Amino acid sequence: MKSLIDKLGKTFDIKDIVYQRPNLAFVTVSKEHVLNLITNLLDYEGFSHFVLLSCVDWIEDNAFQLTYFLNNPTLKIDIAVRCFIDRNNPTMTSAHHLWKQIATYQRELKEMYGIDFPGSPGVDENFVLEGWDNIPPMRREFDTKKYAEETFFPRPRNKTNDPKEYMKSKMYPND
Amino acid sequence: MMVDDKNKKKFDNPHYAKREVIGPDGKSFIVDPMNDYFCDARPKVHEPNIIPAVEKFLNWARSKSLWVLGFGTGCGSIEIPPLITPRFDVFRFGIQMRPTPRQSNVFIISGYLSVKTLKRVIRSYEQMQNPKYVLALGSCTVNGGMYYDSYNTINRLDYYLPVDVYIAGCMPRPEAIIAGFNKLKELIREGKGEGANLYAKNFDWYKANQKKIIKDWNMPDYNW
Repeated sequence: MKSLIDKLGKTFDIKDIVYQRPNLAFVTVSKEHVLNLITNLLDYEGFSHFVLLSCVDWIEDNAFQLTYFLNNPTLKIDIAVRCFIDRNNPTMTSAHHLWKQIATYQRELKEMYGIDFPGSPGVDENFVLEGWDNIPPMRREFDTKKYAEETFFPRPRNKTNDPKEYMKSKMYPND
Repeated sequence: MMVDDKNKKKFDNPHYAKREVIGPDGKSFIVDPMNDYFCDARPKVHEPNIIPAVEKFLNWARSKSLWVLGFGTGCGSIEIPPLITPRFDVFRFGIQMRPTPRQSNVFIISGYLSVKTLKRVIRSYEQMQNPKYVLALGSCTVNGGMYYDSYNTINRLDYYLPVDVYIAGCMPRPEAIIAGFNKLKELIREGKGEGANLYAKNFDWYKANQKKIIKDWNMPDYNW
């Protein structure tokens, strides 16, 4: 694993290397180099299995973190390639030409975070939310509780008693 | 805005558009799918039989024929297979599953209901025959359960469909569902299984609630 990362480090500007397990490492590269790196991993290092593409909203740093998770089935090792993209202009190069299923992940990210992947097949179509007209719901500034209370007719909660106080008032009313 | 364009594209679906079609015999005719394939007449209230004894007999007979629509909405749908297999075997109570809404009269909402599923549920419910009953499983249909603050699951089912029996639990065991069926039978025998009539009476209120959350309403108001 370490030799692989060292080898990649000669070609790419890799930062923040985390060896999570002997067979799993996280690396961070800049937004422009992600596709070059995962294409390299696919073509020359045998990472032929694409596991997942996920997103984390770092609202304090004004960034979205994308993680491309790749697996090498022969060596049984995983590598996760991270990159940070600007939160105000969330656009990323589409990677659907490498693995077809990435188009579905990108469609979901478009809907849930509003990250655009120009050219990805069906990226503008509805995925889970049909006719959503609010800010993307997985963004952290979206107040899901407030939205649910305004939209879904919450049932009034039953009155509950603190057991200690309630039993005290029942058993020792004069105290 | 981008989202509006998205919906516009959906509403302009060419399959729904009114158009002229040339048939195999060379004659041309007008096809209007939204009006031809669906009846947009409002639901009617079904009056009970004027002879009370006959109505009582009909209710007894109705309680013996509960045909459940095979539609699982949430995690509770996994409790249905044990029900219809030999271990719990609801067939001995006269309950059986049907694959299509036209052949069934009981709708089990089994667990949480997302907005996307609710749209399909409404279509299926409206296509079912009268008198029809709704059984709501689990705490998610009562008050949202563990999804009470979710952006995409409803909190109270009775604002969108008339519910006859709630079965509490997360998830209710098959025994609880059988108890719920027995409760439903009691209600039907007492003449209280009036869900379809309630839906017809308060049709505008139900539609307003449904349209409040289903933003891309691209189906007829009542598609019987």
